[in-house]
Amino acid sequence: MEIQLESETVRGGIGMTDISDLLESAKSGDRRSLSMLISAISKSGESPSINTSKGWVLGVTGPPGSGKSTLIGQMVRKWASSGERVAVLALDPTSPLSGGSLLADRIRMEGEDDLRENVFVRSIPSGKTPGAISPVLWPICGVLSECGWTRIIVETVGTGQSEFRIAALVDRLLLVDGPDRGDIIQAEKAGILELADVIAVNKSDLPGASSAAQHIRSSLSLASDDNREVVLVSAKEGHGIQELVEIIEKCEPQNTRGKMMMMERLISEWDSILVSHPEIDKITSELCDGSITVREAIEILVSSVRDGGS
Amino acid sequence: MLPLATYINMRIVIAKPGLDGHDRGAKVVSRALRDGGHDVIYTGLRKTPEEIVRIVNDEDAEVLGLSTLSGAHNSLIPKICEQLVHNRLGNVIVFAGGIIPERDIEFLFRSGLRAVFGPGTPTSDVLDFLNEALIRKQNGDPVGVGDGSGWNWND
Ligand code: B12
Ligand SMILES: Nc1nc2c(ncn2[C@@H]2O[C@H](COP(=O)(O)OP(=O)(O)OP(=O)(O)O)[C@@H](O)[C@H]2O)c(=O)[nH]1
Ligand SMILES: [Mg+2]
Repeated sequence: MEIQLESETVRGGIGMTDISDLLESAKSGDRRSLSMLISAISKSGESPSINTSKGWVLGVTGPPGSGKSTLIGQMVRKWASSGERVAVLALDPTSPLSGGSLLADRIRMEGEDDLRENVFVRSIPSGKTPGAISPVLWPICGVLSECGWTRIIVETVGTGQSEFRIAALVDRLLLVDGPDRGDIIQAEKAGILELADVIAVNKSDLPGASSAAQHIRSSLSLASDDNREVVLVSAKEGHGIQELVEIIEKCEPQNTRGKMMMMERLISEWDSILVSHPEIDKITSELCDGSITVREAIEILVSSVRDGGS
Repeated sequence: MLPLATYINMRIVIAKPGLDGHDRGAKVVSRALRDGGHDVIYTGLRKTPEEIVRIVNDEDAEVLGLSTLSGAHNSLIPKICEQLVHNRLGNVIVFAGGIIPERDIEFLFRSGLRAVFGPGTPTSDVLDFLNEALIRKQNGDPVGVGDGSGWNWND
């Protein structure tokens, strides 16, 4: 896809023409270039041309506070010490009021420096479309994979809609739940339980975790062909992590999701075209004061996209 | 004071170096900068200088804020500044806050720090500092940690 770009300068004064240079030096192992390249892609939306597909990508989702980050930290440690190079992308919501975001505590990576050498963590604010998955994630995963990161993990906050979007990006989806009954009901309601390939009930060191796991197992067994695993883990104490990593490794990318993934990707691109439309502000104001109808607004937006003026 | 609209969204790492366990100030400042429209990455407690430099690199942050209340600022802060420069991160704007006595500030400025904010600082001061630092950076003034001494906020 050819995109017409204005002569925009990116963070640190990197111009668009530098994207392919940055990719070259990132591929040779230069971490500074990799980091700058991700900024350049995030800012411009431009994807560098690369050969590989987006690589091995695991999505991790679940209710707020269920222990996703802590659990990712534990899994990353397993993978990194068995020689994998692990990249984590943490997606965090942007405040709709201030436009700023508070990116969660970084995944704790204590341990030897050569272990940390094999771990790359990057926070990505959700940007202009809250709840949506930014289309820049596709090229970012592609670049990480091209640069030799063999395990890519994407963490999202489990608040419903964004899960469906994340399922469109990843090949494997891990749902992390807490021992709280309320959390599970929430996940069931939002339909996340259906989407997950592997389910982990975290905080097994607290009471209630094993009955929560039992509850999920019995609701899965209602469908006779459902053989998905429900694993009890404690990210805090490091229990069950090895088993979880093995189950994730065995998990085959779901081909049946192909069409749904494409649909979600399309919606995600579409959303971003919409919110970055040069007249979106004017159009929403006109909608507010009633001078145009929603139909008319769509007419204006679609016709300018059709004319290539997006 | 410049109008709020001129604040441009920046990626900022707020870090807690060393064994210091006081995290309230760092959290207050992180939230205030978020509300000021910036993307803030808080590192959590007890990070080594090496870890902080790696986080600044991987996150491609333009600004690093260090929070220290334990009294170890004179050894930790220059070490972090030096390692940033050494790792081609000399453009990063570095500032600090917490319990830092007046007599140490000049020394810290010489290692590349641009501002120090003590207890009771109104968070709007921190936003004003960032705004001015950014304007200076855009004008090509030396504000990065590797640019040597020059402009400081408390001057
Ligand atoms: C609360 C507190 C604690 C709590 C901490 C709880 C927590 N999770 O944060 C507890 C009880 C655990 C604690 C323990 C200790 N504390 Co204490 N503690 C305090 C106290 C009373 C208040 C700190 C505070 O939270 N203030 C409120 C926040 C909002 O303010 P702030 O941190 O100063 O942040 C503001 C500015 O400094 C600035 N700022 C801070 N960071 C940053 C970063 C950036 C980038 C920017 C721009 C600005 C900025 O902006 C903030 C908003 O205005 C101070 C005394 C004091 N009045 O400062 C002592 C104090 C810091 N503690 C002290 C000591 C010695 C200790 C202990 C070693 C033992 C002891 N004697 O109590 C332990 C060590 C703990 C550890 N592992 O490090 C000394 C430090 C002495 C020194 N540096 O020489 C102090 C100064 C008390 C004193 N006068 O002796 N403490
Ligand atoms: N008891 C117990 N607490 C845990 C466990 N795992 C994580 N926690 C705690 O749960 C809280 C939330 O952990 P995080 O890892 O930040 O959870 P999260 O799901 O990433 O949170 P958000 O990203 O904010 O949605 C922290 O206080 C952790 O220390 C566990 O196995 N047992
Ligand atoms: Mg998290």
